[in-house]
Amino acid sequence: MKVLVPVKRVLDYNVKARVKPDQTGVDLSNVKMSMNPFDEIAVEEAVRMQEAGTATETIAVSVGPAKAQETIRTALAMGMDRGVHITTDEDLEPLAVAKILKAVAEAEGAELVLMGKQAIDNDYGATGGMFAALMDWPIGQYANTLAPGEGTIEVKREIDGGLQTVTLKLPAVVTTDLRLNEPRYASLPNIMKAKRKPIEAKTPEDLGVDTTPRLTIVKVTEPKTREAGVIVETVAELVDKLKNEAGVI
Amino acid sequence: MATLVVAEHNNTSLSEATSKTVSAAKALGTDIDILVAGQGASAASEAAAQIDGVRAVITVEHDLLARQMPEAMEATIMALMDGYDTVMAADTTTHKAYMPRVAAKLDTQQISSVTGIDGDVFERPIYAGNALAYVKSTGGKKVVTVRTTAFPLSGDGGSAASESKSVEIGDTGSTFVSEELTKSDRPELTGAKIVISGGRGMGSGENFALIDTIADKLGAAVGASRAAVDAGYVPNDYQVGQTGKAVAPQLYIAVGISGAIQHLAGMKDSKVIAAINKDEEAPIFQVADYGLVADLFKALPELDAELAKIGY
Repeated sequence: MKVLVPVKRVLDYNVKARVKPDQTGVDLSNVKMSMNPFDEIAVEEAVRMQEAGTATETIAVSVGPAKAQETIRTALAMGMDRGVHITTDEDLEPLAVAKILKAVAEAEGAELVLMGKQAIDNDYGATGGMFAALMDWPIGQYANTLAPGEGTIEVKREIDGGLQTVTLKLPAVVTTDLRLNEPRYASLPNIMKAKRKPIEAKTPEDLGVDTTPRLTIVKVTEPKTREAGVIVETVAELVDKLKNEAGVI
Repeated sequence: MATLVVAEHNNTSLSEATSKTVSAAKALGTDIDILVAGQGASAASEAAAQIDGVRAVITVEHDLLARQMPEAMEATIMALMDGYDTVMAADTTTHKAYMPRVAAKLDTQQISSVTGIDGDVFERPIYAGNALAYVKSTGGKKVVTVRTTAFPLSGDGGSAASESKSVEIGDTGSTFVSEELTKSDRPELTGAKIVISGGRGMGSGENFALIDTIADKLGAAVGASRAAVDAGYVPNDYQVGQTGKAVAPQLYIAVGISGAIQHLAGMKDSKVIAAINKDEEAPIFQVADYGLVADLFKALPELDAELAKIGY
């Protein structure tokens, strides 16, 4: 089957976000950016499916600025076949991204779209579900284990109460959770090889997608910070403080 | 117009998350109806009718709604949305799985994991809670998920009208196979007054018994950091953090947890935080009200004994 994996360039997960003084958003100048960690898991799963012979072709797609090409290259260095880059300098809402992915998935004839359950920047967790609805495809959210079958895929899902297994008829969407796999590091030869893999560039306009935002950002602020408290010396002192000072036990 | 709140339930009982979502919906100042979508869910519907501030409880029953499969939930809610301008649900895995589907069908952007509502402005944490975004809709219907730990219970004593509706659901392409639910007599993580969590420092799943003993004494829920879940010490549903569950108990006890950004995102709204870690440089101490630098394998048995001394 043909597998499409959307990948997003985000602020690296180890970097603490800083709000811009004018409260319009988070400052992304001169900070380390990387592939959204959940998307990395999706890329790894697609490459494993290709190695196992269940995926026939794997395509990485990214919607973002010129530098999003680096994120696509990372996916190609991990082993994916080729890339599609939808270039835009706007910070698009998940709805607009889902519409763009629909145009790409239809053009490519994708049968499985593997994607991160959420991007760690805006934390919407909405793109996968939105895309599935626009395609009228079933979805397996928060995948812990995948088992591709004949025209179907079985998804073990991480849910609030434990684990749930569902079978989806293909074509389908699967969103990844943390335990699905451990993404590989790209080797140097593979990084070199990835430089020669094709990346096709298009714009949202080329695809005829309306990207008008549905929400207005009024402001973005720093959250209240917690002050560090006291260091206690013994367990007995801790219990005393919790009981008599904080009154929580 | 009105707001449709989607109930969190397992057919036989209604979760407190429903009442907290109603309390968030009250901030919009419109009529509030609750949708109970399930199968054999009359007990959940009866409980929903008692929540304060609810106009009507609409029950829709269908085989495909027994476990609220996302495709079936989309079809059900879309069949009802003519009468509502907002649909709201808790940001649990059940609702997060289908609410974006509803939003896409309504051609609107979902407003996810809302922690505050002021008029038409919604507050939501972004970047693992390191920033707060204030957003408002530019028009059209609103699809909102709420972080229930940020809202109080709505109270009971309500007497909502009840009605049943049937909805046609076609082939969804999705079939339920099985479920492995973690069995526990302890309180549910997101609603517990006390949470005690273990991290990588616990060293093994067996060692979580030390935490379980204390949790049982205190009537606490047990949580874990991502590192402890990834290492296989405890099941995935224990995870507290940006990509796991958000908790805000009266007391959060972090044991052997270093305090990575993504863990703090899920617990820093706790009223009181206590941390036990042998590394005095651990970032968890920067957010803890009470820190104890100690080996947890000595400290936990001592904590057990000290709690016994004061009657636990």
